[in-house]
Amino acid sequence: MMSFLQMGGYAAYVWPAYGITLLVLVLNVWSARRSHRRKLDRARLSDGREDASKQPTVRRL
Amino acid sequence: MLDVFLTILNRDLKLAYRRWSEFANPLLFFVIVTSLFPLALSPGQALLQTIGTGVLWVGALLSSLLALEGLFRGDFDDGSMEQILLSPAPFGIVVIAKIAAHWVVSGIPLIVLVPVVALSFQLPTEALATLAAALLLATPTLSVLSAIGAALTVSLKSGGSIIGLLVLPLCSPMLIFGTRATDLAANGEPVAAPLYLLAALAVFAVSLGPLAVAAALRVGLE
Amino acid sequence: MKLPRWFHRFGSPPWVYGLAGALGPWIGGIAIVLIAAGTFGGLVLAPPDYLQGDSFRIIYIHVPSAYVSMMAYVILAVAAAIGFIWRLKLAHAAAVSIAPIGASFTFLALATGAIWGKPTWGTFWQWTDPRIMFELLLLFLYLGYMALRAAFEDRDKADRVSAILGVVGVVNVPIIHYSVIWWNSLHQGPTISRLDGPTITTDMLVPLLVMILGFTFFFFWLLLSRLQGEIVEREQATRWLRELVEESPG
Repeated sequence: MMSFLQMGGYAAYVWPAYGITLLVLVLNVWSARRSHRRKLDRARLSDGREDASKQPTVRRL
Repeated sequence: MLDVFLTILNRDLKLAYRRWSEFANPLLFFVIVTSLFPLALSPGQALLQTIGTGVLWVGALLSSLLALEGLFRGDFDDGSMEQILLSPAPFGIVVIAKIAAHWVVSGIPLIVLVPVVALSFQLPTEALATLAAALLLATPTLSVLSAIGAALTVSLKSGGSIIGLLVLPLCSPMLIFGTRATDLAANGEPVAAPLYLLAALAVFAVSLGPLAVAAALRVGLE
Repeated sequence: MKLPRWFHRFGSPPWVYGLAGALGPWIGGIAIVLIAAGTFGGLVLAPPDYLQGDSFRIIYIHVPSAYVSMMAYVILAVAAAIGFIWRLKLAHAAAVSIAPIGASFTFLALATGAIWGKPTWGTFWQWTDPRIMFELLLLFLYLGYMALRAAFEDRDKADRVSAILGVVGVVNVPIIHYSVIWWNSLHQGPTISRLDGPTITTDMLVPLLVMILGFTFFFFWLLLSRLQGEIVEREQATRWLRELVEESPG
């Protein structure tokens, strides 16, 4: 197990690389879902008025 | 068709002649930028000679960004672009003529000026002809790419800050071949390959670029 | 030019929204399974490279990121071209959705490449490497596309103008690619000890292919998710969307 974590002495490179990849992938999912949800909220609040995009942005608290 | 081309070319050149400072400023900018480099670097002739080619090309590229916003701006703001689009004149030809006019007033001066400034960077005189030839082949591409950037941002009030972001990455192949041709010539090596590649880029840009410019101008005018 | 009949359904926002909602979890699930399997294969099963040791294992995230970054730009441009030619709003919506995803994978390719470069070349950033230069220019293309979009207030105009930039960009991508390769072939820097085609064995290659597939699925999962949001934004005043949001109180 320890030898796996040490990555043959390259732990300082391999793990940060995988870490940053995981971070970017997770952030991507999170931001895509958040923007989807926010837009649904805005659509709900705008109530189908003519130009909803001109309405002030509503932030979730 | 040729009439349209010549009429627009003639008109744009006349307009440029009356507002000559707009096209002289980039050239002045080029001279100033290239003379700042020796100041920024530790004084040493050898270093300047090594980086001179790059400084000249990047300087030329940056200076050409300055004159670029005015390429369609004037015609767009005073409504003449709309009139031209509505007129029976083929719009593609008009676009090509406008790009050609831009090349005459901003490309040709560079072809003359850059080799002169190159002398101050100790570029061997044998390389000057190659430098001028490379510029002759590269500046049409530059004009077309500039026109694409200008056309994409023509309906924006302040497109200036964004054009560089759009145009400069697309200029990278031209920069690569241009500097290599110059460097090879300075070392007395054969320069045909990069020059052919520059010519290929120019043919490609001149034949397809105006389509993109015309499409972007049409959208901008909507 | 005439479009095939089935294609017209892709012009219907509610249909595409529903399809994306239905497909998303499946594609996402497949992506996660493939990436998990590929990571296990890459980190555990694959033997260390005989020259680079275990540092080569970064390949399992670096190459898939680079692959997706290029694939995404081509898809962006194709979607933008479809949107421009047939005035298909959903195609524009897809192009818009791709840009931030593609940019993030380009960033990832550069970041993992830099981390890999340190033990391999001894430096994080090698200006003379053509692939780094290419990815960097690709990142600039993505950022330029996003900046151009952001500059327009009118969405329709932003769609059409940025579509032209997307197509111009994709035409230039191979030119930029080959020119940086050509550029590098003349700059034989002494610092690079490029390992000439390290012999890659099957147990090294399979996890890589699995990862590439996994990243591709992951990309499409993100795309569908973003596309849904984009559709909601563009369809605010329509009845189907009002019915949708009333059905599902947030």
